[in-house]
Amino acid sequence: MSSLEQIEITTEELRHLVSPRAIEGDTILLNMGPQHPSTHGVLRLLLELDGEIVVSCIPDIGYLHTGIEKSIESKSYEKSEVMTDRLDYLNTMGNNLAYCLAVEKLVDLDVPERAQAVRVIFAELQRIASHMVWLGTHMLDLGAMSVFFYTFTQRERILDLMEMAGGQRMMTTYFRPGGLWRDVPDGWVEGVRELIDDLPRHFKEFEALISKNPIFLDRTKDIGILSAEDGLAWGVTGSSLRGSGVDYDIRKAEPYSGYERYEFDVPLATEGDVYARYWVRMKELYESVRIVRQALDKLPSGPFRSNNRKFVPPPRAELGESMEAVIHHFKLWTEGFPAPKNSVYLPVESPRGELGVLLEGDGGPKPYRCYWRTPSFVNLQVLPMLSKGHYVADLVAIIGSIDIVLGDTDR
Amino acid sequence: MGVESKLGNLGIVTTSLEKVVNWGRTGAMWPMLFGLACCAIEMMSSQAPQYDMSRFGMELMRASPRQSDLMIVAGRLSRKMAPVLRRLYDQMPAPKWVVSMGDCASCGGVYNNYAIVQGVDEIVPVDVYVAGCPPRPEALIHGIMTLHEKVKGETFKDWA
Amino acid sequence: MDAQLEAILTDLEQKFGASQSEFRGQAKLLVAPQHILAAAKALRDQHGFEMLAALSAVDYWPERKPRFHAVYEFKSLAKNLRLEVRVPLDGDDPELESITSVYPNADWHERELWDMFGLRIQNHPDLRRILMPADWTGHPLRKDYPLGYEEVQFSFNFEEIEARKPRPKE
Repeated sequence: MSSLEQIEITTEELRHLVSPRAIEGDTILLNMGPQHPSTHGVLRLLLELDGEIVVSCIPDIGYLHTGIEKSIESKSYEKSEVMTDRLDYLNTMGNNLAYCLAVEKLVDLDVPERAQAVRVIFAELQRIASHMVWLGTHMLDLGAMSVFFYTFTQRERILDLMEMAGGQRMMTTYFRPGGLWRDVPDGWVEGVRELIDDLPRHFKEFEALISKNPIFLDRTKDIGILSAEDGLAWGVTGSSLRGSGVDYDIRKAEPYSGYERYEFDVPLATEGDVYARYWVRMKELYESVRIVRQALDKLPSGPFRSNNRKFVPPPRAELGESMEAVIHHFKLWTEGFPAPKNSVYLPVESPRGELGVLLEGDGGPKPYRCYWRTPSFVNLQVLPMLSKGHYVADLVAIIGSIDIVLGDTDR
Repeated sequence: MGVESKLGNLGIVTTSLEKVVNWGRTGAMWPMLFGLACCAIEMMSSQAPQYDMSRFGMELMRASPRQSDLMIVAGRLSRKMAPVLRRLYDQMPAPKWVVSMGDCASCGGVYNNYAIVQGVDEIVPVDVYVAGCPPRPEALIHGIMTLHEKVKGETFKDWA
Repeated sequence: MDAQLEAILTDLEQKFGASQSEFRGQAKLLVAPQHILAAAKALRDQHGFEMLAALSAVDYWPERKPRFHAVYEFKSLAKNLRLEVRVPLDGDDPELESITSVYPNADWHERELWDMFGLRIQNHPDLRRILMPADWTGHPLRKDYPLGYEEVQFSFNFEEIEARKPRPKE
């Protein structure tokens, strides 16, 4: 096939997507997105409408396809971590965590306990920050402007802590294979403690604002019901599945990075509607605070990254004294470290669900294949099913409730 | 001193029409509510109370291109999205300006690959580039102030 | 390895002539392409793997036999087990049976396999491109597909590249 050959898309190929009524002109076809304020990015939906009722909804994704998986194949293990932040841009530290854990598992690298605890603290803070954005934008979609201002105020405080440690507000790349980029700075522990002592008060404020608001209840109760069986069959994970009453949290089921050391509950709701998913996420905020508090209380001292010089660069001070350190440093920054010719799959719990990394090495310093099982991609598939028979306005509520991030969907 | 000092406190200001028009344009420049990727989150942050872009007459983010003057291209632009972006630009009424926010929008950033357009200036004419991955809200606001400076120097002929 | 998983693996080995391996505590099963639908059905109905967690592929170009591996990650919530099933596919234009009838969420995953790797999925309800534009040529994640790297502008080649760059009109 020559590269200039045009590929024609015929109407026949797309006819099966809509009902026969649309072909006869009985229902209308409406294009929603890619530029639409309540599709949370560049999601395009082709809606078949009977009046205001959604007959079928056909998602069209890929408007933010970035080629991250291909780019990762061309960079060394350390360098490709930069790409992972930008996948799910509300869960930057969580993506780093998944990637680092996968690399560590592939090359069998140890992580000191201090690094593990700091990773947990950041992952949970990131979860709170992500839920803050979700809450603000979800309410914005439902017509409540002011919640956005309150949630973003709290989110800024978390970003300040991330900037303190990683030097950037969002894309910190603070976790590295084998530990952390550097130790947490002075005053960080106090900052986190001050924040988590204050946050639950604000969460209660949000709940007081929203949870019993009659307009909100009207818009969310019995809308977009996902049954537990459907949720499992369609591979839905995270808060969206827990809203349907399935007790599945990877932090509990397959603990990573020392989550087994902390006590926390997994909030569950049984209704499976938009309100249940909202309720589960709100309760998760308190659990995240609980985990951060425990991790902070038990924060061990000691090294913040592994001592294995084959994978982790030596500290700056050693470079002036040891020739070996210089060699290791040079090897790591020019070539990178090799990984065995095999693959690992590593799932973590992102704010949206199961974030999995399939990492395959080929014996060289670059990943042979890095596949990202992203929660938004899988969760979005149930949207046509959930929105069937609802109003267009409810469709917006449903999109908000499954909490998609388009960078996560399209990769 | 000019005529103002002679007339005293009568409340008369003299200026050129161009200056008044440009002052009006900078004072209420409505951006389009259009985010692509990570930078859109920082764009939202700059609307939020900490940074508060409404200080510059920008509290109104318009969801429709036909009501907006400024397009902030916030994030990486994929090849699939590029025709859509150009169409949105064409739908905006003149005078219109474009701010390219972030490295990906300005030059492709870290994604030098098959899927990403290497800079939105291949698709639409850009007035101000804001560096950063993503830029801080302060950086975006600085970029917009820079654009204001540029607009203040424009003449009617530029848009005729 | 978990005793439960051991039993499942042996069962599948006998039924479908699969071969198993293990790496860092993760079980992997190599299943021939003609058996994948039956294997998926057995995993869901007999062994309690309710969820297809992930589905992707790996390209081993320039290897021909097999050139691709389709990688299925199954998850059992009740037994808390994970199982990776790999399906080797030969040749440049391989065919793979769809498992959407067993696991409905394989739908988009399989569309992605077609889009990114050019695996022809048989009996798929709606096999269109999903991430790339509908008129795109080629399958980007194949190893023989170029990264599409654009030359970086430096002072010595700035003007040369600048001249080639497309520029928009008002």
